[in-house]
Amino acid sequence: MHSALFVQYLVSGLIYGSIYAAVAIGFNIIYNATGIINFAQGEFAMLGGMLVATLSLSVPLWLAVAAAVALTAAAGAAVERVFLRPVARRGVFRMIVTTIGLSIVIREAALLAWGPSVRTVPFFSGNEVSSISAFGAHFSPQVLWVLGATALVVAGLTCFFKFTMMGKAMRGCAADRDGASLCGINPDFMVTVAFALSAGIGAFAGCIVAPLTQTHYGIGAELSIKGFTVAAFGGLGDSMAAVAAGLVLGMLESFSIVFVPEAYKDVVTICVLLALLFVKPSGLFGSRSAIALKDY
Amino acid sequence: MSLLEVSGLSRSFGGLKAVDDVGFAAEADRITAVIGPNGAGKSTLFNLISGGLAPDSGRVSFDGSDITRLPPHRVARLGISRTFQAIKISKRMTALENVMIGRHVRSRSGFPSGMLAAPWARAEERSIRDAAMRAIERLGIAEYRDRQAGGLPFGVQRSVELARALAAEPRLLLLDEPASGLNARETRVLAELILGIRGMGIAILVVEHDMSLVMDVSDDVVVLNFGKKIAQGRPREIQSNREVIKIYLGEDDA
Amino acid sequence: MKRLTLKAEGAGRLVPPAILAACAFVLPPLLGAAGAAFLLTQLTMAAYYVLASLGLCALMGYAGQISLGQAGFFAIGGYASAFLCTRDLGPAASAPLARCLDLAGLLVRGADPYGKALLSLAPWLSGLLAVLLAAAVAALIGTPVLRLKGHYLAMATLGFGIVVEKVARGSKALGGADGISAVPGLALWPGLEVTGGRAARSANFTIAWLVLALGILALANLVRSRPGRALRALREGEEAALAMGIDTARYKLNVFVIAAVFAAVAGVLLTHYNGSIGPGEASSTRSVRYVAIVAVGGMDNLVGTLAAGLVLNFLSLRGVFGNYDDAVFGAILILIMLLSPEGKAARAFHSLLPRGKGAPR
Repeated sequence: MHSALFVQYLVSGLIYGSIYAAVAIGFNIIYNATGIINFAQGEFAMLGGMLVATLSLSVPLWLAVAAAVALTAAAGAAVERVFLRPVARRGVFRMIVTTIGLSIVIREAALLAWGPSVRTVPFFSGNEVSSISAFGAHFSPQVLWVLGATALVVAGLTCFFKFTMMGKAMRGCAADRDGASLCGINPDFMVTVAFALSAGIGAFAGCIVAPLTQTHYGIGAELSIKGFTVAAFGGLGDSMAAVAAGLVLGMLESFSIVFVPEAYKDVVTICVLLALLFVKPSGLFGSRSAIALKDY
Repeated sequence: MSLLEVSGLSRSFGGLKAVDDVGFAAEADRITAVIGPNGAGKSTLFNLISGGLAPDSGRVSFDGSDITRLPPHRVARLGISRTFQAIKISKRMTALENVMIGRHVRSRSGFPSGMLAAPWARAEERSIRDAAMRAIERLGIAEYRDRQAGGLPFGVQRSVELARALAAEPRLLLLDEPASGLNARETRVLAELILGIRGMGIAILVVEHDMSLVMDVSDDVVVLNFGKKIAQGRPREIQSNREVIKIYLGEDDA
Repeated sequence: MKRLTLKAEGAGRLVPPAILAACAFVLPPLLGAAGAAFLLTQLTMAAYYVLASLGLCALMGYAGQISLGQAGFFAIGGYASAFLCTRDLGPAASAPLARCLDLAGLLVRGADPYGKALLSLAPWLSGLLAVLLAAAVAALIGTPVLRLKGHYLAMATLGFGIVVEKVARGSKALGGADGISAVPGLALWPGLEVTGGRAARSANFTIAWLVLALGILALANLVRSRPGRALRALREGEEAALAMGIDTARYKLNVFVIAAVFAAVAGVLLTHYNGSIGPGEASSTRSVRYVAIVAVGGMDNLVGTLAAGLVLNFLSLRGVFGNYDDAVFGAILILIMLLSPEGKAARAFHSLLPRGKGAPR
């Protein structure tokens, strides 16, 4: 393969891998806090991209990104508070099904608000034609933004969970809900925070990647399932592994064009998911006991 | 050759040896009890025999065939039925329907004939119902047969589970703490029932804490402690066995 | 809510099919007289969609397995049948296989929309093969899929549905985003054909509702039968079911295949009725619809699913929900989860989810 083409695929893999990893991290945060899988996770990334596309038309880009992330985080918290908390005490099944319904409703709401057309988002630095050349290929500076942002998110989260009070409180709730509440932590509030955080991270990833991939109302479903694949690949709940797994999966999908027609590219990822679930559901790095749902 | 032969059975969970090299035999027409303090490995032993758990080593043979690694539904089809310590009947089905489940191993109609309501499937349903009724009558719970199982009194629920196990016409019956939760009168009735079942030629293996029940009905008693078999013999012998007394009552202070 | 247990008289299960059969014959003339014969089309389509939901009801309610891939099987049925019966075998007419098929009366001679002569597989045969294909796929993926629990199972079935949709959308042979059209009618009997068009409207309504009646009768029979009882025991506790000799893995797989067959039959018949099929039929939003209808009906309630399905699908097809069509079903799902009484959904599934720390035993 031509080295330029190789680099092209590599870069593409990194970009998509980053967004999948971000969605996966969102899955993990919610999973750790509640034991459920949020089927609507991909929709948050979609919302981030769509919001920034609209807002950037009226305010400076950096403000649009901040606002998009904040609004989506708020939406995530609202969704949890209104729809999921009442259902939580009635069991995991109901929560899962509720998130399925929510993913549809959010998607349709986006369709209603923005229509079916694809939206573009301005590049953070330069424009569509500016490019950096490296290793014999050209790619947009946005790619560096993507990689940088991913690293930032991971570093930020690590600090958050390790050093801040709220982060530690969340970890406490995840490990032992009752014990945490005995220490004065409000577990319900921690769950809301978890959703807000997940939504915000997803939205942030959606914003950063949108200039390169464009965005439209329907990308959420695919992102959800690919994000879940990545989360499962790394072992549900383990975000570091999710990042690694995300990049691997992004690469896999990107290079699969060599073997499989473009239209079937997504099929590859899903087949990986299915193969994974059948063979080692605990993920490449996970353990058997992690498969058991957390608590209900 | 005994009906059930267990030899060298071992199973660990992590570092804990739940069952450690246990071996014994159970015969038809006899009641064998397995006793021991909490945590002695009795339930694990049951699960190893019934197929719910695979042993790390050892052998279980039933009527000469090796059933060590068979899954539970295959074990059931060979003629081994069991009850559970925590009653596991279907709460939303009626008592009769629960007992009819017991006849599953003795019947054959499948999905196609079920969906088409084929005449021979319907005839089989009638015979399943009759056999279930016989088991229900034997246990004396006929008046509850059309009531939802979840709403029945505890003792009756136990009887439903026992009737279900009997409906399968097993050759070996595994009873996991059948007296648990029963009062003295109900336990006496249970003892009679168990003796009656033995009279039908069925081998019975029972895990139990209630000593009076064990002493009254058992022909043979196996004592476990910390996963190991520490004694086996007739009830009288076990009662006066020093090791056994020690593990239940602690060291003698004198 | 009526539950079909042994307590219901034997004849009780015959009531819904009887009502459906009566409607099948009585409604066309009635609606015709009222000048509302145009409603028959949507009622016919609604019946086929409900058939898919009924199969899912058996799977979700009785085997306790959630499937977000029902639309995938619907599409496999529809697409396979459409594909097989629109292939022109003319060029290969002299080949031995083609000649055998012809002699056996399995081929039909027709014309494509442009008038060109076509030699193709008889639709009833392509339909049959399509259903068999769906059953085979279900049997193949069912075993590994059903070993999964809870959200892993939901994701796996969702993934399956998406794969079907992507393959349908991405394959030129399957018409890409436009799907397959000019699908001929399916002749069930000389003179009785599943096809669109005003002339056949009444007959097709009758066919659809009779098929629906047969479908619900078969499932009602199943519930009351030995395997149905085993399924109910399985739903309430896999461990006890196994101890009673029930091969739970095989039973779950059987129900999975049955659900797939129901969806595929619905897909085949609807495709020939409409004369076409598109990749949208395999979408995840469709799968969610099927789930929503089963949920509204009461999860294990066949009659409930039937009623909810007929009403909701009819309204949707009439365009009552307008642009919010998919959103309505998503919202319905959320509402049902929020509002339906304890026990219906939760209990059925609690026993089938993996045990976690502190889970009630």
